[in-house]
Amino acid sequence: MKKGIIIFSLLFVVIYLLAQTKPKTASQGGTDKASVDRGKKIYDIYCLACHQADGSGVPRLNPPLIKTKWVLGDKKELITVILKGMDEPIEVDGEDYNNVMASHAFLKDQEVADVLTYVRKSFGNKASGVISSEVKTVRATMK
Amino acid sequence: MKSLCLKLCLIFVMGMSGIVQAVANDTTKLAEKNGQRDVDNVVLKLPAGFGAVTVVDSLARNRHLAVNSNGDIYVKLARLKDGKGVLILREKANGKAEVVKSFGNYGGTGIAFKNGYLYTSSDSGVYRYKLNERGEVISPDAPETIVRGLVAGRQHQTKSIALDNAGNIYVNIGAPSNSCQVEDRGKGSKGKDPCPILDSAGGIWQFKADKPNQSYAEGIRYATGTRNIVGLDWNNTVNELYAMQHGRDNFYQNWSELYDSVESAELPAEEFLQIKKGSNFGWPYCYYDQVQKKKVLAPEYGGNKTTQGRCEGMDTPIIGFPGHWAPNALLFYTGNMFPEKYRNGAFIAFHGSWNRAPLKQKGYQVIFVPMKDGKPNGEWEVFADGFMGVQEIAAPRDAQYRPCGLAQGKDGSLYISDSVKGRIWKIIYNGK
Ligand code: HEC
Repeated sequence: MKKGIIIFSLLFVVIYLLAQTKPKTASQGGTDKASVDRGKKIYDIYCLACHQADGSGVPRLNPPLIKTKWVLGDKKELITVILKGMDEPIEVDGEDYNNVMASHAFLKDQEVADVLTYVRKSFGNKASGVISSEVKTVRATMK
Repeated sequence: MKSLCLKLCLIFVMGMSGIVQAVANDTTKLAEKNGQRDVDNVVLKLPAGFGAVTVVDSLARNRHLAVNSNGDIYVKLARLKDGKGVLILREKANGKAEVVKSFGNYGGTGIAFKNGYLYTSSDSGVYRYKLNERGEVISPDAPETIVRGLVAGRQHQTKSIALDNAGNIYVNIGAPSNSCQVEDRGKGSKGKDPCPILDSAGGIWQFKADKPNQSYAEGIRYATGTRNIVGLDWNNTVNELYAMQHGRDNFYQNWSELYDSVESAELPAEEFLQIKKGSNFGWPYCYYDQVQKKKVLAPEYGGNKTTQGRCEGMDTPIIGFPGHWAPNALLFYTGNMFPEKYRNGAFIAFHGSWNRAPLKQKGYQVIFVPMKDGKPNGEWEVFADGFMGVQEIAAPRDAQYRPCGLAQGKDGSLYISDSVKGRIWKIIYNGK
């Protein structure tokens, strides 16, 4: 009986861990950790100047990337922001932001996936990663 | 047996979420703690003999300010507070000021007194209010529209104003663009040639100070090739207009094959301009490189960081300040309170940088330029510092205060407005 419990709980832990790692192995670019690391490099080159190292943005100019509805919301919309850029008055936490974000369609699918995975798992955000096939799908609908 | 396992699993899951919960609580606590940094530890650093009085601790989204002949402080707000865009403050005997009146249903930046009128600006126009013999605004709810219909995009949309002694008002019209690219701020995107923005923005326009309802057709493009100006003032010693232009951004993000992130943080200069009718400072085709000390052809127009091309002979600044410090106010000091060296010199309030990252942000200070006959007369120096509240910041949101406006008091004191919490300081000189 006791033995049975131990085996079962071990089994549970294994299943639990498997369930946790499943989406990670599913991303074409390898694990989320690798994607986050690559994403940080892209962020530092192309996003950091405007959205800042800690994602806090610039008051009244560039919005923060901390738990916003775009960052945590529908991935299709988020991917669209990167591919198309953005030029519409927006409000985050009661503050309005006025500046334009250019299209970053020059980034490859995997690079967009990586940078968004990094953003969705940094600055206090805890959301799932983005994979390159998701970017590919959105890019296809934009043409 | 099965139910026992379920129970165990449940305990396990609950334990896990408990840990997650605890972590979340800690982060909130930390955030709350950080949010409480404004327990005031900000002491402005000033030259010997000067002192700062906090006239008002926190007000609203302050932009420029002006002091009336009766000593009242008029503050223009970027956005309405309780439906009003102009606040009048009066100092009490203890040096603290109180809001005594508010009016104006528009946000904006510019505010100035001239010849018995108060002039203010929104992002698209200029208004004026007649003052009575006691210096009070007669009809706060019925301003006269002086200029209307100016371009106001989603960048550089604020309008600053300055008045000369010949009945003219000067209005900065910022370009709604970084460098007139086909795709604004787009990587490798070429500049439009000619840049169509220059027809209605990217310059300074002159209007009549007393003629109602003027639009572009009645105005004169007084100077062109300025990307964005916030600090603007008339110098009465030489009867000329001066301005501080915000240099362009994103060299590294857009042209990484030419500029590294350090060059992109330091270049181009924030330009101190002496403006004559017909001046052309070259934006978007040119920028001023304060290290090479020349106007350089912008990468959007085929520049390679050193060639001048069409920028040869372009009007240059009288000083090129370090990049991205964001000069938001310019004031020529004409008072008698400060020592002689300050007379007719220029105070410049830098709002502080944002696109110097990954380098530390800089420029959250008020500086002084000694001037003689309208030209710099000696090196510029830091006048008021310590606005950030900490030694170093990586992101602009970490600055506790950001200087945004300057005004001279009746007694020759200097007022500084802040845009973060809306603080106003009065700088006085009590040295001998
Ligand atoms: C030139 C400055 C600039 C750069 C570079 C830039 N952004 Fe933005 N970003 C903005 C601005 C400004 C907005 C808001 C645009 C608006 O209001 O129309 C924005 C909006 C966003 C949003 C949606 C709003 C929010 O706060 O959640 C996301 C997500 C975002 N950017 C991510 C990125 C990422 C990732 C990169 C790098 C690949 C990047 N940005 C590069 C300026 C920039």
